Amino acid sequence: MQLTVWTYEGPPHVGAMRIATAMKNVHFVLHAPQGDTYADLLFTMIERRGQRPPVTYTTFQARDLGSDTAEIFKTATLDAYERFQPDLMLVGASCTAELIQDDPGGLARALALPVPTVTLELPSYQKKENWGAAETFYQIVRSLATQAPIEKAEGHGPTCNILGPTALGFRHRDDVIEITRLLADLGIGVNVVAPHGATAEDIARLPQADFNIVLYPEIADTAARWLERQYGQKAVRLVPMGFQATCDFVREVAALAGVDPEPVLARHGSRMPWWARSVDSNYLTGKRVFVFGDATHAIAAARVAKEELGFEVVGLGCYNREFAREVRAAAAQLGLEALITDDYLLVEETIAALQPELVLGTQMERHIAKRLGVPCAVISAPVHVQDFPARYAPVMGFEGANVLFDTWVHPLVMGLEEHLLTMFRDDFEFHDAAGPSHLGGHTKAAPTPVSPATEDVAPLALPVAETVLEGAGETIKVLHWSPEATKELSKIPFFVRGKAKRNTERYAAERGLETISIEALYDAKSHFSR
Amino acid sequence: MSEAVTLTTAPTDARPVLRERGQREVFCGLTGIVWLHRKIQDAFFLVVGSRTCAHLIQSAAGVMVFAEPRFATAIMEERDLAGLADANDELDQVVDKLLARRPDIKLLFLVGSCPSEVIKLDLSRAAERLSRKHSPAVRVLNYSGSGIETTFTQGEDACLVALVPEAPVAQEDDPPALLVVGTLPDIVEDQFARLFAQLGVGPVHFFPPRNSASIPPIGPNTRFLLAQPFLGETARALTERGAQHLPALFPFGEEGTTHWLKAAADAWGIPELHFLAVVAPGRERARRALEAQKQHLSGKSIFFFPDSQMEPSLARFLSRELGMRLVEVGTPYLNRQLLTAEMAHLPQDVALSEGQDVDRQLDRCRAAQPDLTVCGLGLANPLEREGLSTKWSIELVFSPVHGFDCAGDLAALFARPLYRRSILKV
Repeated sequence: MQLTVWTYEGPPHVGAMRIATAMKNVHFVLHAPQGDTYADLLFTMIERRGQRPPVTYTTFQARDLGSDTAEIFKTATLDAYERFQPDLMLVGASCTAELIQDDPGGLARALALPVPTVTLELPSYQKKENWGAAETFYQIVRSLATQAPIEKAEGHGPTCNILGPTALGFRHRDDVIEITRLLADLGIGVNVVAPHGATAEDIARLPQADFNIVLYPEIADTAARWLERQYGQKAVRLVPMGFQATCDFVREVAALAGVDPEPVLARHGSRMPWWARSVDSNYLTGKRVFVFGDATHAIAAARVAKEELGFEVVGLGCYNREFAREVRAAAAQLGLEALITDDYLLVEETIAALQPELVLGTQMERHIAKRLGVPCAVISAPVHVQDFPARYAPVMGFEGANVLFDTWVHPLVMGLEEHLLTMFRDDFEFHDAAGPSHLGGHTKAAPTPVSPATEDVAPLALPVAETVLEGAGETIKVLHWSPEATKELSKIPFFVRGKAKRNTERYAAERGLETISIEALYDAKSHFSR
Repeated sequence: MSEAVTLTTAPTDARPVLRERGQREVFCGLTGIVWLHRKIQDAFFLVVGSRTCAHLIQSAAGVMVFAEPRFATAIMEERDLAGLADANDELDQVVDKLLARRPDIKLLFLVGSCPSEVIKLDLSRAAERLSRKHSPAVRVLNYSGSGIETTFTQGEDACLVALVPEAPVAQEDDPPALLVVGTLPDIVEDQFARLFAQLGVGPVHFFPPRNSASIPPIGPNTRFLLAQPFLGETARALTERGAQHLPALFPFGEEGTTHWLKAAADAWGIPELHFLAVVAPGRERARRALEAQKQHLSGKSIFFFPDSQMEPSLARFLSRELGMRLVEVGTPYLNRQLLTAEMAHLPQDVALSEGQDVDRQLDRCRAAQPDLTVCGLGLANPLEREGLSTKWSIELVFSPVHGFDCAGDLAALFARPLYRRSILKV
């Protein structure tokens, strides 16, 4: 058993729901107890869909357990077919139904519905949401994409499929628009986008494309590999997130399609490279950033952070073990050890230890960062309702690069302001408690103005002498800070003060100092700056 | 203020109820944890279940998940399913780890889920075992919040049933005490406590208590009022301990609250005139507050999908005090015994339904085109998209809605969607 408060991923049947909901005229009959319908509201509330997800739950109850549940399943399946008349039925079991061992596939076959019916095996006690989505998509493709490609007419342009976008996907809606536009610029037609917006008939047409774009490997990689084996369709696995990755993507796609990428690259229109080079971005240099999310977004974000914004990536990790190898490789290139975990407490510990200046992560890291007082931007699912925005907000392609720049820089204190806060930190308008103006830092009444010449300083945000370090299981009472050292610490800019304080305390503890003096503070500074 | 308030015992209600069976779009009882843990401040709720259970709690609790909440899930994995002995050892380890991390916890609920019920993991024995092990620092109890056994608010009923045996035994010769049963927001509890004090009814205790150390005594001298209509099993458990139920309307709106308070006042032999004098200001405030909402609600039709068992009581309030027209009142479970008074106050022509076949119920709702539909979040946006105004029902469980001073707020919850629809120009 695993003790969990937060889970990064839902169970695999939620992944299956994401595929069914993304597609058109598909219906999913899920053998599940009363209550599992909670998952509907992820789609109707977080993604704000105006239709119910196309899922019928058998909602069996305790009194039905016994022989009755198989009958309930058959009735629900027949009713759902008659009511919704889908072109494709999916049947599967949720975690509880897996235990009662009715056989949805066999029961559905016995009904002999006049439409293709795909049985999903979703091992709920081993696998999770992304796996469930990938498996469902793979099974659908395997069952329906059975028409061999037909010979193309002369002069027919190159075409591809875009694979992977689903319901409840982080920015999938706009990424598809952005990438489709980019492909159109290159003169490449999109044969099918799947599963997002695809019908059963569209899935059958998948083999007609020249190649596949695996936009979200977590969802589409399994299906793309099968298509490659079956029909020799090559796959582009490069994720076009960030300016360079988009350029690389354009080149790779163009090479596969036999078109010239250079005209498109020449008029890319992205503002991101110039924004990153403009002098106002100088202060971004070397900002310490921690990156966590699903593997695909985390790897791409780490590259953007390092090479396109000039940050220093101090941590990189993902929660989906299926792609741990890729994350480990990317982390090794940055000289880091990847953090592969679905335990948010471990992520929180790591962030607290690394003291980054910016966290790029999921909804969970947003809350961790808030608690630790570190700026944060969201780069990956799971996300909450505000990250399914009304406005156009892709994270892929050239517009996506613009979006990333704005989104990541915004939570940071802006350059000039940071400079002012450092220079005039004892000034009545620029003291620590004032905070960054663009983030509504002026919520408290301004303190009584004090002359910089006097000995009064703004009160410290952290009660220094009472801080307690929590180690692994043990609690160490920290040494006292001398009043002079406390004051000196307050002069260190607030965004590095936490780190300075921690380092000094570690330094003092290692040396058995009872009181931290100004000297100890600066000794520690020189010690750690080696 | 001359009218008298009398309690009438309605004859057994024989009106037809549509009983349906099919897909049910409802929460399971685990959801009750989300508000129960806010009430009992030193309790922790550990769900023994699957990733689905953890995901549900997370979805229901929203941002609360991040505030170091007092609930969690022990997610069963493949190896736990292999053999039962193993699962018990695993559970003990999880509990040890949890209690080491949260030394402030005094009461731990092991909450059963569908998977744990289906594999017949005996959580009551686990609770006994763990109670012995962690005694006296922590008491470990268990109840089931599984979807196969409980619907949404029934999780609270199951939790309170587990808590009843923990109550000290009240002596037979103790003076009578009033027990108000059902989780209420603190502010509402305080409002009721003041009213009972003014009436001269008391001592008054609330159940569940705010702290596991202050579980009120229960015995033959206990008279109890249910603050919520979904507490049938708790009422039975209390009755078995000798406590006496005071039947009444539930305290929604001016009428319901008056009737509810009157039941206690009568049991304490409070003179009618004193009662009317004490409740007069509250009734007046409630009436004034309701008048303001009436313009939006009067004459409008309303359709309830089943969710919390509060539906018949809320429907009674909306029809009698705000002039709404009831199309269909759905409830997941209709406890006729507890709702005797409510049924007598519901219009005779109301269509009552118990249980659900959601697609058929949606057909009925679409055909009726009600002005307002009360439903869960899985249905709300899809119905709005079809042009129907909705009120999402979960809010009714979380918000302060009981008593005189919340009557206006309760009405406003229903009026707001209609008002909003009237002002939007897009």
